This record gives sequence, structure tokens and C-alpha cells, in this order.
Amino acid sequence: MSRRATWALRVVGIAAVVSVAATVWLGLWITPPDKVQGNFVRLVYVHPALAWVSLYLAFGIAALGSVLWLWPRTRSPLWDRVAASAVEVGTVFTGLTIVTGSIWGRTTWGVWWAWDARLTSTALLFVLLLGYLALRRVPADYEARARRCAVAALIAAIDVPIVHFSVQWWNTLHQNATVLNSNLSPTIHGSMAWTLLLGFVSFTLVFVWMFAMRLRIEKLSDRAADFELEDAIHERWAEGTLEELGEEQGEEQKVEVRS
Amino acid sequence: MWRDAGLVAGKDLRIELRSRVVSTQVAPFAVLVLVLFAIALGPDPKPLLQAAPGLFWVSVLFASLVASQRSFAVESSEGARDGLRLWGLDPAGVFLGKVTALCTELLAIGLLLGAGIVLLYGARIHSYGELVVAAVAGIVGLASAGTLYGAMVSGLRVRETLLPLLLLPVVAPVALGGTRAWQGALASTQASSPGPWLQLLIIFAAVYLALGVVIFGPLQEAS
Repeated sequence: MSRRATWALRVVGIAAVVSVAATVWLGLWITPPDKVQGNFVRLVYVHPALAWVSLYLAFGIAALGSVLWLWPRTRSPLWDRVAASAVEVGTVFTGLTIVTGSIWGRTTWGVWWAWDARLTSTALLFVLLLGYLALRRVPADYEARARRCAVAALIAAIDVPIVHFSVQWWNTLHQNATVLNSNLSPTIHGSMAWTLLLGFVSFTLVFVWMFAMRLRIEKLSDRAADFELEDAIHERWAEGTLEELGEEQGEEQKVEVRS
Repeated sequence: MWRDAGLVAGKDLRIELRSRVVSTQVAPFAVLVLVLFAIALGPDPKPLLQAAPGLFWVSVLFASLVASQRSFAVESSEGARDGLRLWGLDPAGVFLGKVTALCTELLAIGLLLGAGIVLLYGARIHSYGELVVAAVAGIVGLASAGTLYGAMVSGLRVRETLLPLLLLPVVAPVALGGTRAWQGALASTQASSPGPWLQLLIIFAAVYLALGVVIFGPLQEAS
């Protein structure tokens, strides 16, 4: 990794920490409680931002990386690593989206889990992501693994809108989008709106930092695997040379004995 | 492509006719699932009648899982998978052939399960047309997705445990759409318009058929 990239990563990390701290401060101390939901409304600064990162950003990057790997002109190990890293970090964010949604559901609907359209589709997406990670853990050579995972991510990406709309028709309790609704008229005001916006920025920065770090680890582990292979080859060569040396020495001794 | 599809479908169906694995193992397994659901829900016919469409589709889903695994298990011995590739067949043709054979098997199982919910759960059919369209569209979707994932995991040692994890969340819309469409078609349950659900099943089948035609080649190379 170049020095400039390391520096950029540090800046993103610091910006993520500062923005999350600011979101916590604004969310817990500055913004007022809601008339109906009371203090539980403060989850609005976390839950939609987590959902945006997991359902759109992470999954979008994973699908894009998979398509670019499958496309012969753009095929590069980088796109495989990009897709894998986005899925792994996205799985964490999807899990957090479900947990925060469930806590919100307990206070709003009175139950930890309801068969609501968005909850159900997010849970199915979470299982799809776990399936991708399980597929990635199966030992295989690089090319076969990358191809398999890229196809799996692509199938999952195509399935996501079908799952989303099917469960939407099926049952929905979830409230409409607060900011990006069909009228493009935000239904949240003042300090609450700014804190919500800051939540989106801060969790996006956290995702970017985690994604970049995971990408770096993926690259390093690939390099370590290459080194291990090279070491093994060198070891085998050394064994072969020793064996040959041993055979040569044995032959020389035989000649000496005969002479 | 179509000729290759016909050849592969014929080969798979001939293997099934000779080995009779689907008729003697997969079909009894699907019926057993129906019986187990009845045991779990109790002897009262009312909840069984209400749940009949959903239980039918869950049984078809489980049967498709076993049949998809079987569809690629026949290629795993004696290097048959390599042989299939060395014939120089069009990958899209191989995919369509596999889907056709799997559809034929699943439709036969679906027919058996349909008779099962009528005889065992006491369900009555209100609209045969909608029922058949939903069953065919749903099964084509299941067979397409099953063939794709079956090919993906065919060379792996953990395929038996990995396939359900990969396939079941993807085919959840078929379970949902099929159940809703059948609820409308069965007189004994609460009637609702099956139109949008039939559309969903047809779109799902078309998307996965098209996707399989495009990406089965790269998948074959990976397996």
C-alpha cells in the first residue's frame, strides 16, 4: 500500500471517529425526545444509516465488483477482493440493521419481530450474505473460487429487488421513508434532520474505513499465501538438491570403496 | 442450443427412468414432508386446510433441493462432468436441458403433492387454470435457480450443506408467490386475486432462465 493511500485511510478513520462522536453527542444530548416515541426516537440516527450502508452501499459495491470480475476485459484479482470485502463488512452492517430495527419494533409495534416486508427482506438478504461468505470459505483454487463467488453475488443482487417487491406486496408495517419519500418532502425537521444526515455521513465513513482495511487484509493474505507457496517450492527444491547431493556422495563413496 | 438442450434433457430423464431415484426416493420424501406437517399441526382439519397452499410449496421447495442435488450428482462419478464439457455442447443448451429434466421431475412430484393436499388435507380446487399456471411458472423458476446453484456447488465436498443455505433464500419469492396464487385458486381458503402473484412467478422464472443461459458457461468452468 502506498504512503498516500495509508495517509488517506488514516484521515478517513479519524473523520469516521469524529463524525460518530458528533452523532452520539447530537443524538443523545442535543436533539429533543419525540412526542410519541420518547427517547427511542434516537434510534433514527443509527438505524436508517446502517440500512443505507448495508442494503445499498455494500451490496452495490459487491455486485459491481462481481460484474467487473466476470467481465473478461476488466477481470482482475482486485475486483474479487472488492466484492468479498464489501460483502463481509456489509454482513456486519446488515446484522446491526436487523438488531436496531428489532429494538425499534419492540417499542413501536410491541414485538421484537414482526413479519414486515422490510424486516423479512433484510433477514433474507442477511442469509444470502452468509451463504456468500460460506461459499468463499470453501477451499478451492483462486480462479474457481472467484468465479463461483462472483456468480453467487450476481444472482443474489438480481434476487434482492424481487424479494423486496414480493414481500412488499405481501405485508408491510414499516413506516415510509422519512427523507427520500415519494413526495421528496422530508418529514423531519431542525436539529433532528441534521443529526440524521450526520448519522448517514458518519456510518458511511465507518463503512469506507472498514471496507478499505478489509481490502488491505485480503490483499496481504493473498500475498502471504503466495509467499507460503514460494517457500514450500523452495523447501522442496532444497530437499531435492539435498537428495541429489546425497545420491552423488553415495556414488562417490562406492567408487572409493571399489578403488 | 435447442438440440443440445434436448440431448441433455433426454440423457437426464433416461438416467432417472433407469435408476428411479426420483420416483422411489425424492417423491416419497416430498409426501413424507406433507404427512409430517399434518402431524405437527395436529388432527384438526381447519388449520391444515388453511395452511395447505403453503405446505404444498414448502414440500415442493424441499423436493427441488433434493432433485437439484441429484441432477448434478449423476455428473460427479466417472468424470461425467468433464465428459459433458468435452462433448463441446453449448453451455446454454446444457443449462436448458438440465432445467427441462428437473422441471419434468418436479411437475410429476407437484402432481403427487397436489393430490396429497386434496386427499390428506381435504383441500378443494376452485380454479384449475390459475393453479396449473402458478405451479408451472413456480416450478420453472425453482428448477432454473436449482440448476444454477446445483452447478455452482457440484464439485464441492460441502455441497449438501451449502446448497440449502444458498438456494432457499433466493427462492423465497417462489414460496411466497406460489402460496398466494394457490390460496386464490383453492376454494376452501380465503380468496384473493392471484394475478400479481402469477406475474411474480412468471417474472422470477424468466429472470432465472435468462440468467442461467448467460452465466452457465462460466459456472461450468468453475465447477
